[in-house]
Amino acid sequence: MAIDDKTLEAILNEFPAKVKRSRKKHILIKNSDAGPQEIEANTRTIPGIMTNRGCAFAGCKGVVLGPLKDMVHIVHGPIGCAYYSWMTRRNKAKSEDPKKNFLSYCVSTDMQESDIVFGGEKKLARMIDDVVEIFNPNAITISATCPVGLIGDDINTVARLAREKHGINITAYTCEGYKGVSQSAGHHIANNGLMENIIGQGELEEPPAKYTINILGEYNIGGDSWEVERVLKEIGYHVQAVMTGNGSYEDLKNAHIAQLNLVQCHRSINYIASMLETKYGTPWLKVNFIGIRATIESLRNMAQYFGDEALIKKTEEVIEKELMEIEPQLEPYKKICQGKTTFCFVGGSRGHHYQGLYGELGIKTVLAGYEFAHRDDYEGREVIPNIKPDADSKNIPDLHVLPDENRYRLKIPAERMEELKKKIPLSYYAGMNTTMQDGSIIVDDLNHYETEEFIRILKPDIFSSGIKDKYIPHKMGIPSKQLHNYDYSGPYAGFRGAVNFARDVSMSFITPAWNFIVPPWKDKPLLEGSIEQCSEGVCPVDDDKK
Amino acid sequence: MLDCTPKEIKERSGGMINPAKTCQPIGAMYAALGIHNCMPHSHGSQGCCSYHRMHLTRHFRDPVMATTSSFTEGASVFGGGANLKTSIKNVFAIYNPDIMAVHTTCLSETIGDDIPSLIKSAEIPEGKLVIHANTPSYQGSHITGFSNMTKGMVSYLSEATTDVKKEQVNIIPGFVNPGDMREIKKMAQMMGAKFIMFPDTSGVLDSPMTGQFNMYPRGGARVEAIRDAGNSKLTLALGTYASADAAIQLERKCRVPSLTLKTPIGVKATDEFLMTLRQAFAREIPGELEEERGQLVDIMVDTHYHFYGKRVAIFGDPDIIIALTEFVTGLGMKPVYVLTGTPGGTIGGPQDIFEKEIKSILEQAGVQGKAKASGDLFQLHQWIKNEPVDLLMGNTYGKYIARAEDIPFVRVGFPILDRSVQTYLPITGYRGAMRLLEMISNALLDRVDRDAADEDFELVM
Repeated sequence: MAIDDKTLEAILNEFPAKVKRSRKKHILIKNSDAGPQEIEANTRTIPGIMTNRGCAFAGCKGVVLGPLKDMVHIVHGPIGCAYYSWMTRRNKAKSEDPKKNFLSYCVSTDMQESDIVFGGEKKLARMIDDVVEIFNPNAITISATCPVGLIGDDINTVARLAREKHGINITAYTCEGYKGVSQSAGHHIANNGLMENIIGQGELEEPPAKYTINILGEYNIGGDSWEVERVLKEIGYHVQAVMTGNGSYEDLKNAHIAQLNLVQCHRSINYIASMLETKYGTPWLKVNFIGIRATIESLRNMAQYFGDEALIKKTEEVIEKELMEIEPQLEPYKKICQGKTTFCFVGGSRGHHYQGLYGELGIKTVLAGYEFAHRDDYEGREVIPNIKPDADSKNIPDLHVLPDENRYRLKIPAERMEELKKKIPLSYYAGMNTTMQDGSIIVDDLNHYETEEFIRILKPDIFSSGIKDKYIPHKMGIPSKQLHNYDYSGPYAGFRGAVNFARDVSMSFITPAWNFIVPPWKDKPLLEGSIEQCSEGVCPVDDDKK
Repeated sequence: MLDCTPKEIKERSGGMINPAKTCQPIGAMYAALGIHNCMPHSHGSQGCCSYHRMHLTRHFRDPVMATTSSFTEGASVFGGGANLKTSIKNVFAIYNPDIMAVHTTCLSETIGDDIPSLIKSAEIPEGKLVIHANTPSYQGSHITGFSNMTKGMVSYLSEATTDVKKEQVNIIPGFVNPGDMREIKKMAQMMGAKFIMFPDTSGVLDSPMTGQFNMYPRGGARVEAIRDAGNSKLTLALGTYASADAAIQLERKCRVPSLTLKTPIGVKATDEFLMTLRQAFAREIPGELEEERGQLVDIMVDTHYHFYGKRVAIFGDPDIIIALTEFVTGLGMKPVYVLTGTPGGTIGGPQDIFEKEIKSILEQAGVQGKAKASGDLFQLHQWIKNEPVDLLMGNTYGKYIARAEDIPFVRVGFPILDRSVQTYLPITGYRGAMRLLEMISNALLDRVDRDAADEDFELVM
């Protein structure tokens, strides 16, 4: 069953009038005859609605900074923020020197009441001293939490003084949880900080290899980045830096030398992608390594960008080899998945990216959405000039960079760039809505009530979202797949990732436990063949008991 | 694994590295889920609420419902009153609980939002309730948050309406799993005591698969029962840190006398719990419980050589690990390091209550050991590096130390994120002690098997 305007109206009518007015703008029924459909996104969350969203701190420290492995990330605040962002996102990392991998450490100033009253700057400075003495990291970040902004701790000054004292890169991020309306503000704050303080601080002037690239907005969840890098290396690319999965300060500071930036998660990293283009002349290419077709298309687009015949040929060879390996493995899973439907509600990028992979398995996405994406992630970057900044996001500063006097150079001639832009998504993202099928639902900031209603009507065969809503469909007898943490599996990216994903999804469809939900006594009458007698007032079973 | 942790211990004063605690609101959210038909509400920015829901969901593998005021920067500067009032209106209209239980975060606490006046001026539908607790994250730990919300239940709900106290006992179980709450209720039932348990998350966070999602599952303490707690003859607070404050508040407000007991983990603490009920209600201990106890002691005697003299490090929440420490000394083990992240004292009072209590247990057992409140796992790991142990007991975060130092590891406490089933089964009562004993024994013997040379590999152990 599909949802039409009338059904949608009926769902929204259960809301108080003010809530209904707001929510209506965040939900679309895809209709390609209607031309470009506008959605409202990146606006404040309705209090009490039971959102899935997190905060700016989570977006900054949890998502973007946290994966950088050779840096210690100090959380300035009471214990919770550091604790909950401690190893809970599966951004994997491995270091040649295990003494330079700090990802299993949770470092917090653990602010107490006295720090709230008298300020926490001194304690923060002491924590930096402790960290330098104990860990000797390559660099340190400091992330602010809610109370820090309110009490007026100047973490930038603390960071500057510590930098002078210890002689290492120490930077502060004012990502208080209340900034903006979601994780998204934190991405922006982290992007600004990395661009201003780390990227370009390295000494390299020339790319170390022929095809040097960065991968942006890839956090190596469950080893995704490693699987992508495996294929890229085989083709002949040199990956300078990944932002930020398995990333390091040492790689990141030389990210300016790449000839091309790949953008996987547009939402979280497009700021850096744009700034790198302005400052160093490095174009970015929107890629998607989730799903086989998307991976192939991304690889071909990259080859086309470099335009080298040998590279194009090698790309095709690798694609063919990889396909030979995985296609037979996928066959049995496709049989299990064929004809099923799914919801795809994830943070700010996977709600789109996984639809292709699901489609390749024969699973149709009937509802998709993002927690915190902006209109450009739904509608494409062309709408950016029309996005009106509102009061809640105006206070997230835009960092304006200028072309670097020494390092700016055009990576390819301007005319060829224009030619390429017509063929491949260079410095462009078309958004999720374009690929959605007519009649499917697009929801921004989906809440619990809507989740239940949409499940009730659309009856998806699998529900793809996060941990907070995983067990809700389970209770209803519907499998669910976490697309944030992959249910502790992975990688799901690239060719081999597609097989892992197909295996995991198939497993959740056919696990025998679903057959046990109804106990046998719910199906069978208690008194077989004796009902008539009972109804006449004489019950032989009762008689037996006497 | 944890390669950056040096053996050499240096004085630190900047905060925590690898904490053995988290912040207040998650405890308050957990407590609020122990009220039937209740929606926990987090008054702060929404990141806290999501983190707390996620964390509880990972531990319980069950839906965890809660709403938030979703502060923006404007609200953070000018106060979150409008956000709370809008929340209350929306929550009742959309999710229709009987009661909302509001807790705060470091944000709303630093701003100084006056929750009681905000609740008074909010639109609350007829017959519905809103209660609250202040849960500043910069004080205490998640255990403090549990305690504060439980105290809030008493402050808002409990009433003394009868002249003569009823022959019933209030049991505040503390921050334990639903499986433990079931076990404690089972023991009280077997004793034939009429009781009111609150909060009670059994039937909420260990709910069965039925093919249907219930936003408010069958379990949870009824509001009427928490009201009636004011008429009880006695309150048993199980665990000083999680439960005593609510019991004291009930004594103050409704003149219900209270006793604070250990969380009933192990023989002695369970004996004490039953003996207290026996005395209060003049009920003999039933044969089934005596049999359970006898079985437990039988196993302890039969297998003493599995445990005796083993050095063990224990970390976690104070009420649990105090009782656990006592239990393992009863097995002849040596708890040489006992550490909690929760501050070990009362606000404004002495800070060394936890350390003293552990020291006295260790002294009675003749064990030389370290006890530490407000400690962290970085410190615990360094102690272990300096003088190793044979067994580590604690929550999931301990697995990193266990792997780094190759120590047998028993998961106990909150949170356990990497194993299942434990929230359904007790560690309290005699049955729970048997289960603990089995876990400890399995961990130690698995290691003996793993390490044994072929010729030393035993069939019978």
